Amino acid sequence: MILAELLDLDPAYWTTTVIKILVMALVVPTTALILGIVFLFKMMSWMQSRVGPQEAGPKGLLQLLADGVKFMQKEDIVPDRADRFVFKMAPMVVLVSTFLLFVILPAAPDAVVADLPTGVYFALAISSVSVIGVLMAGWASANKYALMGGVRAAGQLIAYELPMVLAVVGVVIQAGTLNMNGIVAAQNSFHLFGWEVLNVPFIVTQLPMFFVFMAATQAELTQPPFDMPVAESELVSGYTVEYSGFRFLLFFLAEFATAFAFAGIAATLFLGGYALPFVDIEQYADLYWFLGPAVLFGKIMLISFLIFWVRFTYPRFREDQLQRIAWKFLIPISLVWLAVTAIAKVVW
Amino acid sequence: MTAPTESQQLAYIAQQAADSRVNLEFETDEGMTLNIGPQHPATHGTLRIVAKLDGEQVISCEPSPGYMHRGYEKLAEVRTYTQVNTLVNRIDWLGSFANEVPFILAAEKLMEIEAPPRAQHIRAILFELSRIANIALFLGDLGAQLGGVTAVFYAFRDREFVLNQIESVTGGRFHPNFDRIGGLKDDLPKGWIAETKAAMEKLRDFCDELETLLIGNEIFQLRTRGVGVIPPEVALSYGLSGANLRGSGVDWDLRRDACPPGLPYDKIDWKVWTHPDCDSFSRSWVRLQEVRESTFIVDQLLDSIPAGPVMAKVPRIIKVPEGEAYVETENPLGAMGYYVVSKGDLVPFRVKIRSASFSNVSIVPWVCRGVYVPDVITILASLYFILGDIDR
Amino acid sequence: MRRLSSTDTAPEAEATPEAPRDDLREGLLARLREELGDAVVDSHIRPGDDLWVRVTREAWVDAAVVAKDKLHCTFFDFLSGLDWLPSPYGRDMDSQEDLLVHGAPEKEPAPMVSGYAGGDTRFQVFCRFYAPTKGYGITFKADLPDDDLSVRTLVPVFAGANWHERECAEMFGFTFVGHPQPWHLYLPTGFEGFPLRKDFPLLARRLKPWPGIVDVEPMPGEDEGDGDGEGGEG
Repeated sequence: MILAELLDLDPAYWTTTVIKILVMALVVPTTALILGIVFLFKMMSWMQSRVGPQEAGPKGLLQLLADGVKFMQKEDIVPDRADRFVFKMAPMVVLVSTFLLFVILPAAPDAVVADLPTGVYFALAISSVSVIGVLMAGWASANKYALMGGVRAAGQLIAYELPMVLAVVGVVIQAGTLNMNGIVAAQNSFHLFGWEVLNVPFIVTQLPMFFVFMAATQAELTQPPFDMPVAESELVSGYTVEYSGFRFLLFFLAEFATAFAFAGIAATLFLGGYALPFVDIEQYADLYWFLGPAVLFGKIMLISFLIFWVRFTYPRFREDQLQRIAWKFLIPISLVWLAVTAIAKVVW
Repeated sequence: MTAPTESQQLAYIAQQAADSRVNLEFETDEGMTLNIGPQHPATHGTLRIVAKLDGEQVISCEPSPGYMHRGYEKLAEVRTYTQVNTLVNRIDWLGSFANEVPFILAAEKLMEIEAPPRAQHIRAILFELSRIANIALFLGDLGAQLGGVTAVFYAFRDREFVLNQIESVTGGRFHPNFDRIGGLKDDLPKGWIAETKAAMEKLRDFCDELETLLIGNEIFQLRTRGVGVIPPEVALSYGLSGANLRGSGVDWDLRRDACPPGLPYDKIDWKVWTHPDCDSFSRSWVRLQEVRESTFIVDQLLDSIPAGPVMAKVPRIIKVPEGEAYVETENPLGAMGYYVVSKGDLVPFRVKIRSASFSNVSIVPWVCRGVYVPDVITILASLYFILGDIDR
Repeated sequence: MRRLSSTDTAPEAEATPEAPRDDLREGLLARLREELGDAVVDSHIRPGDDLWVRVTREAWVDAAVVAKDKLHCTFFDFLSGLDWLPSPYGRDMDSQEDLLVHGAPEKEPAPMVSGYAGGDTRFQVFCRFYAPTKGYGITFKADLPDDDLSVRTLVPVFAGANWHERECAEMFGFTFVGHPQPWHLYLPTGFEGFPLRKDFPLLARRLKPWPGIVDVEPMPGEDEGDGDGEGGEG
């Protein structure tokens, strides 16, 4: 609202909508670019003792843009026996779910596209939509590898949906709200054991849930060690095997933007989102217009670093092993900690 | 056989090459048939594996090699011994020098000559270096096959030290073509011994690194332990050799047990590693230990290089006396041997190439029955084949 | 360390060339003769190195069984074929080296001579088993008559013979009776001809003559057979 006051505006509904759409259209590809360049190109090459891209732009920073342009130029190949409509739609469906994930992510008290009362569950529900896109891609490609990848992805995403939900429930119980802004505010005003000096984010109390959430995130993103659906040495990239050019770019964009969005959700749920400890949201509301996005971005990069660190280090689980991890390991842990959280909530 | 005319033959071969639906025997109706390869990242080239699946489980699978067959046994019949040396370089292309050694030894056996001690030592050093270059890449590739891409970059990085050493002696990084009947083409360059010792240090560090990054990794062990179990009797009857056999607990290394004359392994103190588990993990583990052991062997060989010529007195134009000889050595991939039949001519009358991967991969239908598709990749990676070694 | 210098085999025997007798391999041969009787047609021993045994075609599988069960040869080394017909095409290269050695391109095919352990037919199938614990190998050969190039399969004895026999079958045209997968291994289905037979032309050479070897011209004033001890050639 402060921006509106500053500009002395009372924008109409369609104006805000257009602005929001434009912001989203700008933000989502940018986040994918940032993660791709920082982690996929630069961090990965440093970890693997090589130099990485060097030519495009200063220190190769524009490599991903150049790749994007290259992908755009490529022929849009659809396999002969593919289900053409479904094949073409699949990356769109995945990308839509990615876009919608960003909708509920608050970057400042008022800087959120849609401040839904049930924001967290909107995010979890929407992230499941990508399963449909993946299945569509796997089925419509008319390729056995794609089909196996699609089916594996569906099984995996559904299996890891549950620990993710349970991990979120812990935070929701502690915060007492489903609203993302509410969760940030709850962390901002949360004092462990009631002590003023222990103004800490929920990661301290929900540490097991954080690990469960990160593991589930890794699985939702189909990244190693949970990348059985796309296993490039085995299923030759699974459901994306038949995609090339622009449509593959959409998958790529969706993958990295989703990573960014999930890192944002994790940062909001466990690290206090855009807020800093000891810097009260309501008191410094104006400051947060500028501080909030920067803080959130920093936290997202931190969590993304964890995601990609694991990605570049570990081999992958087998399909049955990762199902076992979800059902026998992550879900019991999250259930136990859920009980602990609930009891603690009632006691305090 | 009435030989068809040349044009008929050529037309036929061209037609066969154009026909992509070869080996129709494998295409059946039961279950889902999954073609792994010929263009597939897990097949190290152009091996085709036809797997019949029930869901994720493999009912049966059948490798179908031959997409890169180069007919070396036929070509060897029209080339002189030195020229055959160039051919056999291309069999196992990651450890090329090791391919030359058994062939040269077989020819030397027929000619009843032996290389001078210095040549034997350098030969053994290069033999071990190509083993390291080969298996180091295997270890990295193992990571890549299992999804840990970082290992493969480490492998390429450290393999470079070995390739540089091979290059500075032979002039070739990939295909040295350095071994000659009666010795070696050249002596070592100046300062090479110290450089190689430094490289061996780096390789030992690499082994430690991979032991923590990959072999010791919990997920790696989850994926490989108990997968692809090959009991020792089966391994022997399939003719598995090298680390695949030692990974099945058979304590047999040709370098120690039946070292052909011409390689000074009896002068060195080293250990043959075995692992009793018989699974994919044990095969990978044995290979890692082998690289480390090879670095120690190279160190010892470097310390004990005798002085002297590197070439025995051999005629300029080599005519190998009549006879038959079989020499088998412990190559990076396993036991590799050449059965050379000579008729006293410039060219061998017949060369039967016994390559390790050919036998190693022939066990795939046996060991891959009933496993999951991801395990097929693990088993293939741990069996470790090079396609040139199958399609000779 | 066990058997580091493998005292029981090669080096010792070769160190005493004046006594070209190999008790180990003589013993093996005696055992084989005892087990197989008349089926052992011929044999050859290179002391301290190798043992060749030619058996009849009928005793082919029996020989493998005896080698595996009685002589500890549990390791299947290889199996392949031999075509003793001298190549009707010569070396397919009228190169400078040929001219140097033969004076003129040799077109007259030489008489057919079999190798170690003899042979009466053009085609032979041969295989080798190895005893990992003992350190010796045995090479078996069997004659295949021209009108019936078939032999019983070794797959039930050594499972690893599968691929070797398939390769041998497509390359030489042998038939391995009872083979579980009697189709091509390397060659496309329906390939005509048997490439490793000597009368199968090497088409590349037929179409384009071998360019020749230019670097083996003798040095001035150097006799043939006088290696200079520095390098083989060049």
